[in-house]
Amino acid sequence: MSPTGRPEGEHRSAQHEGGPASAGADVLLRVAHAGKTFDVSPPWLARTLGGQPRRLLHAVDDVSFDIRRGETLGLVGESGCGKSTVARLIVGLYRLSSGSIFYAGESVAALASGNAPRSLRRRLQMIFQDPYASLNPRWRVADIVAEPIRAHRLVVGGKAIRARVDALLSHVGLAAADGRKYPHQFSGGQRQRISIARALASEPEFLVCDEPTSALDVSVQAQVLNLMRDLQRELGLTYLFISHNLAVVHHVADRVGVMYLGRIVELADKKPLFATPRHPYTRMLLDAIPDLAMTGKARTPVAGEVPNPLTPPPGCTFHPRCPHANDRCRSEVPKLAPAPLAGMVACHAVEERRIPIVAERA
Amino acid sequence: MSNPLLEVRDLRVEFPTRRGTLTAVDGVSFAIAPGEVLGVVGESGAGKSLTGAAIIGLLEPPGRIAAGEIRLDGMRIDNLPHEAMRRIRGRRIGAIFQDPLTSLDPLYSIGRQLVETIRTHLDMGDAAARRRAIELLGEVGIPAAGQRIDQYPHQFSGGMRQRVVIALAIAAQPQLIIADEPTTALDVSIQAQIIALLKRLCRDHGTAVMLVTHDMGVIAETADRVAVMYAGRIAEIGPVAGVIRAPRHPYTIGLMGSIPSLVGEREHLLQIDGTMPRLNAIPTGCAFHPRCERVFDRCQRERPDLLDAGASRAACWLYASGSRKEGA
Repeated sequence: MSPTGRPEGEHRSAQHEGGPASAGADVLLRVAHAGKTFDVSPPWLARTLGGQPRRLLHAVDDVSFDIRRGETLGLVGESGCGKSTVARLIVGLYRLSSGSIFYAGESVAALASGNAPRSLRRRLQMIFQDPYASLNPRWRVADIVAEPIRAHRLVVGGKAIRARVDALLSHVGLAAADGRKYPHQFSGGQRQRISIARALASEPEFLVCDEPTSALDVSVQAQVLNLMRDLQRELGLTYLFISHNLAVVHHVADRVGVMYLGRIVELADKKPLFATPRHPYTRMLLDAIPDLAMTGKARTPVAGEVPNPLTPPPGCTFHPRCPHANDRCRSEVPKLAPAPLAGMVACHAVEERRIPIVAERA
Repeated sequence: MSNPLLEVRDLRVEFPTRRGTLTAVDGVSFAIAPGEVLGVVGESGAGKSLTGAAIIGLLEPPGRIAAGEIRLDGMRIDNLPHEAMRRIRGRRIGAIFQDPLTSLDPLYSIGRQLVETIRTHLDMGDAAARRRAIELLGEVGIPAAGQRIDQYPHQFSGGMRQRVVIALAIAAQPQLIIADEPTTALDVSIQAQIIALLKRLCRDHGTAVMLVTHDMGVIAETADRVAVMYAGRIAEIGPVAGVIRAPRHPYTIGLMGSIPSLVGEREHLLQIDGTMPRLNAIPTGCAFHPRCERVFDRCQRERPDLLDAGASRAACWLYASGSRKEGA
């Protein structure tokens, strides 16, 4: 239940391999070697007449992680790294191209094909980034929040549904009277509260939150983050929290995965990840954040940009930007493996101990 | 600050609507010295972008400057006719906007856009302007500038496009650059590169910058002084280190506390309840009073102006001499 301070199995994530049969009792979601490719080929006619080849974009490539019941896993990375695709694979908005995802031992593949058991759909909910696009503008808020209740027949009878909607609205800090209004009558932060109320309406255990506060101002972001933490406490929720903002992830997550070009390059408990980042990309990201505490200190900007995912570099995709790259990095893809001391890292230089383990930051 | 480069005094920006006039910027005054970077920070709707747009004369109608004056190097520029303002824009004040894709014309090569800008403002032939354009692209860190100059905006990545926009902004060596959320659309690693570039250019050319952003982190790294805006007014203004380490205005205090940090562990972020008021419902007195934890009766009646509050100046009655006040 308690999202922080989990003494048991601190490094369990380091040993996961294999299917759902070996899932520990507390693993709620297991993503195993998940992959998603998008076909971005030119149209058939151009291919046939112009001789243009098929092109595949590997948005997510061999991604594996576990999420334990009651914890928050943060997923960070820059735009185009595949973090939102992972979110959509989990809730079944995309179909997996390879690998598997199990929720409480049940494959979520059925979600994407539309014939998943209702119970599974009910237990997994998603909160999207843009509360302006994810709420139906023609529906009253009460109907938006009541829809999952009606769909899953969680409460029967108009009066009882109304009472449940009122309770949900007040739970997320809105007034029951707000149910009669339309989404456009609310500010961005209030709309995100409505999104949360709708997600909670089906009494889920697991919420996938895809950049839930990125469109909000900082003071409103603080309100929503505080609300999400309180709800997690009260309802024992498990979160996958996706964000490009490392400071936000540092605030909400228990464990953090760092993605680069479709792969997880580092996965570790929050403390070691931020104090002693191992992967050169994680170090680069941490160096790049303007931090208020560092006023006056110049940070070292890193050269280079994320390569085009259609033509990723061979070997480790980070090697063109990496100061530690050698021939092996340019030819062989590193696998996510347990790193010395803590966490898992996909880096030849870390594995070969070419990178010294840095002392604690800050 | 003896001779400010830019001086804004009592600026008011209004939007006449059918249901009455909305005041989006109300009595804003500040100055920027040559070579200084002033950060203007605030949440959406605070009026920070409109202040920038008013200075470069790009307020979208029906928005208009209703009162106050703007002086560049002592000369009033808020009441200039269109043509005169057009010559100042680009030549003496450069602009960088959030989305580099909308600042660049997709139908022209970047070289052509740079040459056009250079020739509009500087007395130069085509060949010389092209050489200057290549030089500029090199200066903003675009590799192989000689080849890339003939490419089109879509052939550049987001970070590279923003570099091109910066090259355009500095093409005529302006004294002042207005940068409105120049790094907001970029990833953190690219953001760091662009900030470093802006800082280097300002240092090398002595250009002053008005940096408008919602990101306190960017301000902390880049600006010398910062103005915090709330509901169309400056709530606090002062040296960056002072405002960030020891904010004085209750709004700034709440704003700083609501930013998640990489240092330390906090169960809850500091929370300012409520939201910024809409323009048609700005509270009387201090606009922040309904959300303020330290509100007292004077705040509801009288609107505070900027008052001395230690290192910075804050528009808050807590700092009025004679009113109840606590030691810093």
